[in-house]
Amino acid sequence: MRGGRAMTRERQAAERRPATGPSALWEVLEAVSDPEIPGLSIRDLGVLRDVEAANGTVTVTITPTYSGCPAMTFIEMSIRDVLLRAGAEAVEVKTVLAPSWTTDWLTEAGRAKLRDLGIAPPEGRAAGKAALFGADPEVPCPRCGSKNTRQLSRFGSTACKALYHCDGCLEPFDYFKCI
Amino acid sequence: MNDDLDPRTEYLLRLGDNALILGHRLSEWCGHGPALEEDIALSNIALDLIGQATLWLGRAGVSEGAGRDAEDLAYKRDVLDWRNCLLVEQPNGDFAVTIVRQFLFDCHHHALLEGLAGSRDAEVAAIAAKALKEVTYHRRHSGEWLIRLGDGTGESHARAQAALDLLWGYSHELLEADAVDEEMAARGIGIEPSGLKPAWDAMVTPVLAEATLRRPDDAWSVRGGRQGIHTEHLGYLLAEMQYLPRAYPDARW
Repeated sequence: MRGGRAMTRERQAAERRPATGPSALWEVLEAVSDPEIPGLSIRDLGVLRDVEAANGTVTVTITPTYSGCPAMTFIEMSIRDVLLRAGAEAVEVKTVLAPSWTTDWLTEAGRAKLRDLGIAPPEGRAAGKAALFGADPEVPCPRCGSKNTRQLSRFGSTACKALYHCDGCLEPFDYFKCI
Repeated sequence: MNDDLDPRTEYLLRLGDNALILGHRLSEWCGHGPALEEDIALSNIALDLIGQATLWLGRAGVSEGAGRDAEDLAYKRDVLDWRNCLLVEQPNGDFAVTIVRQFLFDCHHHALLEGLAGSRDAEVAAIAAKALKEVTYHRRHSGEWLIRLGDGTGESHARAQAALDLLWGYSHELLEADAVDEEMAARGIGIEPSGLKPAWDAMVTPVLAEATLRRPDDAWSVRGGRQGIHTEHLGYLLAEMQYLPRAYPDARW
């Protein structure tokens, strides 16, 4: 969110201008990120499913990454905040569960941003996930690129991540789990 | 009592109550895990289950039509109104007890959700499909731990076997149908639990073998959770879980 004092009048006016076209709305919502992975927008994550404007109401459809994702309330608040600031008169946020979220929906931009944040993006497609007790995927280190890595724990700092260690550069890193 | 609830509400309550009570039990490990990674893992699994419970109980409240939401159902029901199976309310015990409880439940949960993902009820199918992805990780985690404990040191083997002997009699309830299950299965909404037995066996048997654990005999078993007849442990759990909203009704922060 941009601070008030530093903001020029022109920019304030531009921010208040109603954003109505669908592509403009998607653009506005680029400002909404997952608080647990700042830097990635909900669009990058595939959490943002649809945006529609009709009769003065902007309807935003989102889907949770995990059933217990504690960020959903915050994301919903951010969506309202960003759209109202952009001039929307009313905002409705709908949460859908089907089809259920998959890491296959991470955009290419999102994967690149994850790497920049030091988080390894999901390897392979969720649709082709190995069976129970199947081998864990080979995950290259997001820092040094080494494939000499190992899993420390399948459950990491948030529901969507596992904890890995790179034996090349000796740094630990998060891996965005494939689901 | 819930005697007058329609079968669909009852069925949704059972799904939600299982997830919430086990999620709460696992959350008791937060800050007490045997290793940092395991503390985080158990808390993550707790979070998944509590999230799933919120979804199921939310739908149960709508289905009931009496204006109760997921929070009302979680915090304002007394012990006789809970519909979870007895297994999930059993205390954490040592780490082996927690892992055995989790493994027996995960195997059932996975098979059940696989079936429910094809439910004729679109809401049930959507929640189940989502939860199934999470439970696939849970089952893998508990199964791998059970193998490590059973096929580990003499001490870990003895504790894992003792935990299995302790909890085995609570697992039968997971695979038995009553009138609610039968009606939900007949309407294409739910799954007949006894039909899950082959899938459950196919998951449990190889893991016990690899863990070098002896499958207990079926001489003793106990049931009743789905009818609201619980072990003494559930009341204590609810007293802690419900304390704040009951002491400070409608508190906000």
